[in-house]
Formats: sequence, C-alpha cells, structure tokens
Amino acid sequence: MDLKDKLVSSFMAFENNVDIDHPVHDVRTEAMKNFEQKGFPSKKEEAWKYTSLNSLQKIDFSIFPKQDNALDYKDVKKYFIHDIDTYKIVFIDGIYSSNLSETTHDGVDICLMSSALTKAMYKAVIDVYFNKVASKDESLTTLNTAFSREGAYIYIPKNKMPKKPVEIVHFATGNEASLMLQPRNLIIVEENAELQVIERHQSLTSNEVLTNSVTEIFAAKSAIIDYYKVQNDAATASLIDNTYINQKSKSFVNVHTFSFGGKLTRNNLNFYQNGEYMDSTMKGVTILGEKQHVDHHTLVHHIEPNCESHQDYKGIYGENSTGVFNGKIIVDKIAQKTNAFQQNNNILISDKATINTKPQLEIFADDVKCSHGCTIGQLDEDAMFYLQSRGIPEKEARALLMYAFANNVLESVRIPELKARINKLIAKKLGVNLGFDL
Amino acid sequence: MLKINDLHASVEDKEILNGINLEVNAGEVHAIMGPNGSGKSTLAAVIAGKEEFKVTKGNVVLDGEDLEDDAPEERAHKGVFLSFQYPVEIPGVSVTNFMKTAINESRKAKGLEDMPANQMLKMIREKAEMLEIDRKFLSRSLNEGFSGGEKKRNEIFQMAMLEPKLAILDETDSGLDIDALRIVANGVNKLKSKDNAVIVITHYQRLLEYIVPDFVHVLHNGKIVKSGGKELALELEAKGYDWIKQEATV
Repeated sequence: MDLKDKLVSSFMAFENNVDIDHPVHDVRTEAMKNFEQKGFPSKKEEAWKYTSLNSLQKIDFSIFPKQDNALDYKDVKKYFIHDIDTYKIVFIDGIYSSNLSETTHDGVDICLMSSALTKAMYKAVIDVYFNKVASKDESLTTLNTAFSREGAYIYIPKNKMPKKPVEIVHFATGNEASLMLQPRNLIIVEENAELQVIERHQSLTSNEVLTNSVTEIFAAKSAIIDYYKVQNDAATASLIDNTYINQKSKSFVNVHTFSFGGKLTRNNLNFYQNGEYMDSTMKGVTILGEKQHVDHHTLVHHIEPNCESHQDYKGIYGENSTGVFNGKIIVDKIAQKTNAFQQNNNILISDKATINTKPQLEIFADDVKCSHGCTIGQLDEDAMFYLQSRGIPEKEARALLMYAFANNVLESVRIPELKARINKLIAKKLGVNLGFDL
Repeated sequence: MLKINDLHASVEDKEILNGINLEVNAGEVHAIMGPNGSGKSTLAAVIAGKEEFKVTKGNVVLDGEDLEDDAPEERAHKGVFLSFQYPVEIPGVSVTNFMKTAINESRKAKGLEDMPANQMLKMIREKAEMLEIDRKFLSRSLNEGFSGGEKKRNEIFQMAMLEPKLAILDETDSGLDIDALRIVANGVNKLKSKDNAVIVITHYQRLLEYIVPDFVHVLHNGKIVKSGGKELALELEAKGYDWIKQEATV
C-alpha cells in the first residue's frame, strides 16, 4: 500500500480518537477530501519541480506511534537553548512530554494544541483562528489539517510579552521502524504583544522520520514576532514545513531558518500582509553536504499599501547536496508604496552540488520598489589568499569566508544565546575550530 | 635572507615577471618602484605564494629554502608577510578574533600551544597603542566599513602582531593622507630590526621619505632594470619613469 492510501485509510482510525462532533472535525473531514483527491505533489507541478517526494512515499511509515516514549532531560539537553531559561513545549514521537516541557497560563497561554482543540474555554479562539490562514487547497497542508490534533498553542493577549522565549521541540526516538509526524501549531499574538519562538525537529535515530508540519501565525496590530527554525536533523529525517503568517498593520514578523542538516527539507513560508505599515522579514542560512536537499519556497503577498518585505537567504552547498530557492512576491494593484527586497546568494563548494534559484515577482501596482538578486559563485580567491597569507590554513580560511558570507543573516538574531549556538553549529558544520566561537 | 633567482611568472600564459634577480639581507629595506603594470604587485604576490601565478622558471629562496611548494599559509609560518593594497572585508569576524586565529595557527604549525589569552590581549593592546589604534576598533569586523587609511593601518597592525621576518608592503601608501602615512611609516620603522627585512613596493617616492630604503630597484616589463641607493627614488620622482623605459629599450 502506498503512503497516500495508508494515510487515507488511517483517517478512520484517527477518528476513533478525536471528538467527531466538534466543529473542528468538519474542517478535518473537508481537508481529508482535498488530500484524497490531490495526493502527494509530484515533480510535474511547478512548485515541486526540484523536490521529489517519490522515495519517501515508498517507505512504510507508521502514522501513529504504538507507545508513549520517554527521554531524560540530560540526554537531550544539548538540543535546547539551555544557557537561558525558556518555556518549552516538547513532543516525543508526536506525543506531548510533560516531563520535558514547561508551559504556562500565567497571563499568556503557552500550551498544547490538543487542549485548545478540545477544551471549551479555547473554543472562541479556535473558531476565529484555526485553519484560517493555512491553505485549504495545498495538499500537504490539508493532509496535516486532516490529522491535526497535537502541537503547540500559543496565545499572547494584548500588550503582553512572555518572560522568556518559547522552544517548540519535536523528538523522534526510533522506536518505530519509520514514523510520520504531523504537528500542528497555532500562534496568536494580539495587539502590541510580543513573542520569540525557537522551533526544532530532532531525530535521535537512524530510522526514517517524515514530519509534515503546519504552523499558523497571527500577528495583530503592532505585534512583534521573532521566529527561529533550527533544522539540523539526522540524515534519515525529512521535514516539510508549512508556515502561514497573517499580519496586521504596523506588525513586525521575522522568520529565520537555519538549515544545516536532514535528508530532505522543504520550507513553505507564506506571508499575507493584511494591513498597512508592516514589515515581513525572512532570512535563512543553508549549509549542506552529503546528499542533503533543502528547498525554500517563500511567498509574500502584499495586499495593502505602504508595507515592506525583506528576504535574505544565503546558501553554501558542498558534496552532492542540492538546494532550491523560489521566492514569490505578489503586489496587489492597491498595494502602492510597497518596498519588497529579495536576495539569494549561493556558494557552491563542490562540482557536484546544485542550486536552483528563482525569483517570481507578480507586481500589479505601479508605485512600488521591488528588487531581487540571485548569485551563485565560488569563494573569492583573492580573499582566500588574503587569509592564507596571514598564516590561516586553507580549510580554516574557507570557513571564515563562509561565515562572513552568512553573517548578514546572523546579525539579526535577537537571542544572543541562540546566535552563539548557531555560530557553534556553523563551525561544526564547516569542520573547523578557529580558537574562538564564531 | 631572501634570494630571488631569475624568476619568471605568468598568469593565463601571459608572462608578467621576466627574470627577476634580487637579494635582500636581514636588516635591510628595499624599495621596488616602477610604472603601472610593471609587475610590482605580481612580484609581491608570487613571493607570498598566490596560486593564480605560475612560476615558469627560477625560484624564491628564504633562508636557504626554496619556497616553491609552500602554500601561502606555510610561507606565512616561515615569516613572510604581505601587506595588501586592497585588504579584504570579513564581516562578523572581529580584528581581535582574526588575530587570535592567525597567531595560533602559526603557533600550531610550529608545534606550539595556543598563546595564553592574557598574553594575547597584552600584545594586542601594546601593538594597537604603537599604531595609535583605538581599542574600539579592535572589536569591529575585520576591514568592514574601514576607511582606506584604517585598512592600511590595520595591515601594519597585523604585521606588528605576526612579527614577520620579511615584510612586503604593497602600495601601502596609496589612499593615505599625510597623517595616516606618518603613523603607518612610524609603525614600520619601529618594527624594523637587524633580524628582519622590509620590501616597500610603491609608485611614488613619498612613502620613502618616511621609510628610508637602503636600496631602490626599478621594475619595468617584469624585470629589474635599474638599482641604486635612496637617491634613485628622488631621481625617479623628478624625471618620471620615461627615461627608464627608454634606457631599458636601448
């Protein structure tokens, strides 16, 4: 049985475990119909031209883990930003781990999607926000919607800011031969409120893991959100990340994506600007080797006037790795005075590495500033010579230049401990010890 | 210390150095002058080991050792330093961290432990003072947003930190105002000793008023066509390079 059939037939088993009389279940059923009709995207579709899900579909993934698994904090501490205190929403094989988590209801809600989807006190919020910005059409998003049950739920009321950042971490233990996970997150930041989130998916096993994640984010007027995605997963772990962001006037939303590992990673990052004078920022550093594959698909839809968007993605591709950047910007006819910037720079450090980069601009307004630039190159030989002439060996010199290349993106990370961690990951990824933490 | 024998070098089959002979002893300052395109910067880059240039004949010998097979960093470890005409910007890496890496990599190559942090900081402080470099400057990203003068001063600061045997200053005077020129030259003079040597590459005589050479060589079409004492630089300043070119073609 192929994966699609298995998922479709698993839906009935899933229904035995959820309240099918709840209004959310109508949403799930509708979503299942869409997925059943469309199935997995194929390379024939323009948006999936360079990313094939074929081999993943041949794997016999478990859809539901058979048992609850536990992990000791000391064994997984290194996957958290443990230098500072954080709220933690942690899942092990898709199941909430109260042991590893630190949630709160103290003025803000930092807790579980399963609670939000079932408890009466959250119903009003769920009615207004659940599945309201996520696509009802894109097949993998609807697949996630159909199975939506667990994930992170964050609600920050007007003028509030949680005392510390929130970490959302998904662990896979390998107790299943192969496991498919479908976390569903809902994040609402009300007027003039603030939030910082770090999201990570971490497989602790060499067994296959496939995560199809959907995150809906709502930034109300003047809200500020910093969202960091750390993707440094095992060589047998694949991630399809679907993030949808609905922004209102004067809000700021920044999403940083650090892609250093995993087998196949697809980031669908979608911004919808429903208001004026706001800013959407997407930045990414991708450093790949082996046969890793990362595909960044971004969308910014400028719906109203006087807004900005900034995109800056840097990629370093070695060995047989492949990368994709597809940045779509839509500027509606009434969205005058839009400033949209997009930059994608890549360095290929191996003859066998590949990058496909494509800006896609659809501009219907006439008074806008849109700029885009893609570059693909090698490391600057003059710069290499400069560093080597100071006694720095070739490998270390390369690492320094690659770090300098990615630096623009790192500069805007606003959690210093996270920045330090990312720097360490980069040094590790580049295989160097420079005698200082980058 | 340095002996260059009949050195020929080319880039993409175009011959740029055409039989250079030069001997530099410890304690000496040599100036290499010449018109644009004469091969001055190429000579500097070839001594420092830039791979883009192919040595087709002859060799560069440092303390009796042929440098032919040495990568640029190995030459640096042996005491060669090249001050760049256009230093490269390295965002995100501070001057201090860069120097730590450079010094400790050199020490590693010599089988030494890393320099203790307090000793490193003391050295950085002293050398920065000598070159009138503000402490704040040291935490800035290397060369990023530096003015022309700051970049050159930073090059000499690196030279001071690395304490090379042979320092080659490639057009260090270009883009410097008179005050910056004086600071840079004073720095070089303070670093001069009987054990090291300096090669100053310059188009103009101006820098040589501050860093006084023992020998002046004129390069033309990839060859040293004239050598003399410091008065040769003045002659060149007064008469230009045309007479050299004519003499060379006769």
